[in-house]
Amino acid sequence: MSDRISVAKTYKLYLGGAFPRSESGRTYPVTDAGGKFLANAAHASRKDLREAVGAARTAFGKWSGATAYNRGQVLYRVAEVLEGRREQFTAEVAASEGVAVEQARTLVDAAVDRWVWYAGWTDKLATVLGAANPVAGPYFSFSVPEPTGVVGVLAPQRSSLLGLVSVLAPVLATGSTAVVVSSRERPLPAITLAEVLATSDVPGGVVNLLTGSAAELGPWLAAHGDVNALDLTGAPAELRAELEAAAAGTVKRVLRVPPTEPDWTEPPGITRLRSIMELKTVWHPMGA
Amino acid sequence: MPETDTAAQPSTPAAGGTGSPPAFADAVRDETSLRRFLHGLPGVDAVGLEQRAAGLATRSIKKDSKLWAIDTAISMVDLTTLEGADTEGKVRTLCAKGRRPDPEHPDVPRVAAICVYPDMVATAVAALGDSGVGVASVATAFPSGRSSLRVKLADTAYAVETGATEIDMVIDRGAFLSGRYGQVFDEIRQVKAACGTAHLKVILETGELATPDNVRRASWLGLLAGGDFIKTSTGKVSPAATLPVTHVMLQAVHDWHAATGELRGVKPAGGIRTTKDAIRYLVAVHEVAGPAWLDPHLFRFGASSLLNDLLMQRRTQLQGHYSGPDYVTVD
Amino acid sequence: MTTWEYAPAPESRDIANLKPGYRMFLDGEFVEGGGEPLKSINPATEEVLAEVSTADRDDVDRAVKAAGRAQERVWGPMPGAERAKYVYRIARLIAERARELAVLESLDNGKPIRESRDVDVPTASAHFFHHAGWADKLDFAGYGPDPRPLGVAGQVIPWNFPLLMAAWKIAPALACGNTVVLKPAETTPLTALVLAEIIQQAELPPGVVNVLPGAGDVGAAVVGHPGVHKVAFTGSTDVGKSIQRSLAGSGKKLTLELGGKAANVVFDDAPLDQAVEGIVNGIFFNQGHVCCAGSRLLVQESVAEEVLEKLHKRVATLRVGDPLDKNTDVGAINSREQLTKIQELVASGESEGAERWTSPCPVPDKGFFFAPTVFAGVSQAMRIAREEIFGPVLSVLTFRTPDEAVAKANNTPYGLSAGVWTEKGSRILWMADRLRAGVVWANTFNRFDPTAPFGGYRESGFGREGGRAGLEAYLDV
Repeated sequence: MSDRISVAKTYKLYLGGAFPRSESGRTYPVTDAGGKFLANAAHASRKDLREAVGAARTAFGKWSGATAYNRGQVLYRVAEVLEGRREQFTAEVAASEGVAVEQARTLVDAAVDRWVWYAGWTDKLATVLGAANPVAGPYFSFSVPEPTGVVGVLAPQRSSLLGLVSVLAPVLATGSTAVVVSSRERPLPAITLAEVLATSDVPGGVVNLLTGSAAELGPWLAAHGDVNALDLTGAPAELRAELEAAAAGTVKRVLRVPPTEPDWTEPPGITRLRSIMELKTVWHPMGA
Repeated sequence: MPETDTAAQPSTPAAGGTGSPPAFADAVRDETSLRRFLHGLPGVDAVGLEQRAAGLATRSIKKDSKLWAIDTAISMVDLTTLEGADTEGKVRTLCAKGRRPDPEHPDVPRVAAICVYPDMVATAVAALGDSGVGVASVATAFPSGRSSLRVKLADTAYAVETGATEIDMVIDRGAFLSGRYGQVFDEIRQVKAACGTAHLKVILETGELATPDNVRRASWLGLLAGGDFIKTSTGKVSPAATLPVTHVMLQAVHDWHAATGELRGVKPAGGIRTTKDAIRYLVAVHEVAGPAWLDPHLFRFGASSLLNDLLMQRRTQLQGHYSGPDYVTVD
Repeated sequence: MTTWEYAPAPESRDIANLKPGYRMFLDGEFVEGGGEPLKSINPATEEVLAEVSTADRDDVDRAVKAAGRAQERVWGPMPGAERAKYVYRIARLIAERARELAVLESLDNGKPIRESRDVDVPTASAHFFHHAGWADKLDFAGYGPDPRPLGVAGQVIPWNFPLLMAAWKIAPALACGNTVVLKPAETTPLTALVLAEIIQQAELPPGVVNVLPGAGDVGAAVVGHPGVHKVAFTGSTDVGKSIQRSLAGSGKKLTLELGGKAANVVFDDAPLDQAVEGIVNGIFFNQGHVCCAGSRLLVQESVAEEVLEKLHKRVATLRVGDPLDKNTDVGAINSREQLTKIQELVASGESEGAERWTSPCPVPDKGFFFAPTVFAGVSQAMRIAREEIFGPVLSVLTFRTPDEAVAKANNTPYGLSAGVWTEKGSRILWMADRLRAGVVWANTFNRFDPTAPFGGYRESGFGREGGRAGLEAYLDV
């Protein structure tokens, strides 16, 4: 055992491309699966959430306006950087989730691979989900998928990295921006992922990551007028109906997610991608 | 005398006849201004145009309004024969028909004019006498317009001298399509001058202009150059008159009136054979140009067989049962 | 006659085969409902057209159970090719009875016969025809192999396109293997019940389609019934929100097609005469009772005066009156309630300082009518620029640059449709890309087709109707 004293990291929020503490000044202790203290995490407040939504909205124009090819490259770059941090993630996932290092490594590898999979979707969505509509008349009509806007995500509570990647990467692949509330008990891999995002080419504000309580922040996220879609995967079961009802106030798209956390190692399919995209149909006459 | 001189001359608004109104003095200053003006007109979306024409064509005209439409249409007919086989006898018969379209019903209005080739003008004038039916003559190397300006002017002068009250000229579509708007403008101007007091109808031959944008530009060109009427077609090219094309032209005279206060006319010609067709045109006149254009001074039908169908439908309306072709005269 | 007056050309109301009473359609039979019967009114004359039985909660329960049985035992297991043939039959029967349906629709709804005849009924038939063909091709629709139906679809539709909305809802549901409990609008139940008759003539198995007339409480009972697995609603944003709220936590799949406040953007290089036609069609089609109506005209300042002048001239030619007259362009407002709402919003426009112009056309004394109205000098803050009027009232605003046009067009919580008029191709595509709306009509307006997905962004709802994308709403994917 080394007698060197390690440099402990202060875990903060990721908001608008920066790493601030919660404006509330609150933190909460994070322990490993065995109850041993790991770190203090910032305990995000509703005002932090408000800032996060604002940052996500600001970032939406540029991110959604980037070419699909560019977004694909940016996301692929994230996977490259993730790959380089596999050991760190493995240690954090093992500690957070209480799994053996071998299994943690498998989960981290799966997370990197999933990120690569989504990176490849950016420039295929329009082909797969769009259409030329053979309308009965002298018009050219086509439909193209577009990102919905700001997506609020209550990340899985159990799967600290693979689960998080599985709900976050599709948001980015479509061109939407995200406000994510991480797992409350297992937030450290999320913060490390934020560091990866900050050091790759994802523009600030595209992903905003808050550590804290889904139960506390969920209602604010669900009711926020500038959030377009809501992923309640990590919402407490007893709150889910209430959050869905709050989402109705501004007709948010609420993803249909299973009542309990799924097996994230299963291939994801494209339902999640599809349900956070809008379809726009354009018509133009054809005449000389 | 060589012919190249006239085409090369710059347009001179004061060349004679109706000058361009002050509102458009700049537009016709020179070839460049003219081009800029015509190309600055709002575009016409072909599909939207056809949709509007088809929509208006669903108007249902019944009873009194139909009878009124039939009589109005009869009074707007330029009863036409433009055949190589035309004879004086044929023209005289047509004139008789034009004066009294339905001998059994003297209340049927006379037609607006008889339309013939220049060499038949004198015959028509004699046959029509003081009936009030006009004599229209095609001129300017009808129908192609492919001759020298000198010949076209002479053709016009011949028709006017022999008594034509209306001249139906053709524009040089070749010049128009190759963008020589000034040349087309000048020709119309000079023909107009040669017309004297005769009214000038400018045939655009829309079937050869092909696009509604071209039809709008040619319509304005014809109006700027002093045409009293703009007319769709010679009847020798397919397609001849269509409802959408007539819409564009009606819109042009409407807009011309809004800009200048002057009333100019429109004449669709060719392919209008039935009362149903004619009523659709009248609905377009009514709703696109305006009620003021429901007048033979401002709207004409260039047609031959239309008249008999109008007469047959008129009988049907009055008698309450369907009529047949043997009850109207074949001429 | 000095001016040309078009003689009345009314379609005969006998063609509608109007019956004194209509009953609901439940489990393959027309039966009396347990609810208080409603009287359907002809909005053009205020006379009662027919008495219609309505459903109570027990009827809803029976209908949902019948639909559930039919789905599990017959319609769900049936091979797609067989389902297709049933749906094709419906398409053909609608076409065969087109004239009857058109006249009935105009009587019950107040829309001009020209529109019910040329738009509503043929498009309804086309919807069934298009979707019929999907029934045995769902494997190829892009939702994975053998996509499964959801079960029973509870559908609530509005009064503005009574038959067409029923077609939009029922056709994809049936093609995908679901069964249906449909609640037509309280003021316009008749054509949906004739459609039920057609469905009976087409010999669909009992329970596959059930039509339950009634008011909002019946709709609420349908969407809230535990035996309903999918809910589709078209109507106001307020009701849509309350449905979404009420379904929270239920796991039912939901699609909403709600209100709109579409911008119709006219640039100075537009084909102006066709743009004027598009503006007129955009706001006066169906008396402006269209969720995707182009109710905000955004016109570039440099041509604003010219466009407004042309617009007034054109609007003045619109003929307001008897919906059954084939020459009527603008028919009756569907109900007194709606007329009151329109009048109230128009009054607000006047008091907020917008310049009102109303067509001088004659308007009948009896019935619910409102002359086409155009407000100029409207600013974004006025109620008439923000609230859905759902009537023949246009608000005209101006802009100077494309960016300003986009900003103003998108400045609404709605996002159903938008129009762009310009002859410049790159600008059309630029605008189409930036407008936050589910449908963008460029150099045209109010075009609909069963192959072209339709639906909103933001508070105009979610989910699409039509095309391959529209199938998703009725599949468990």
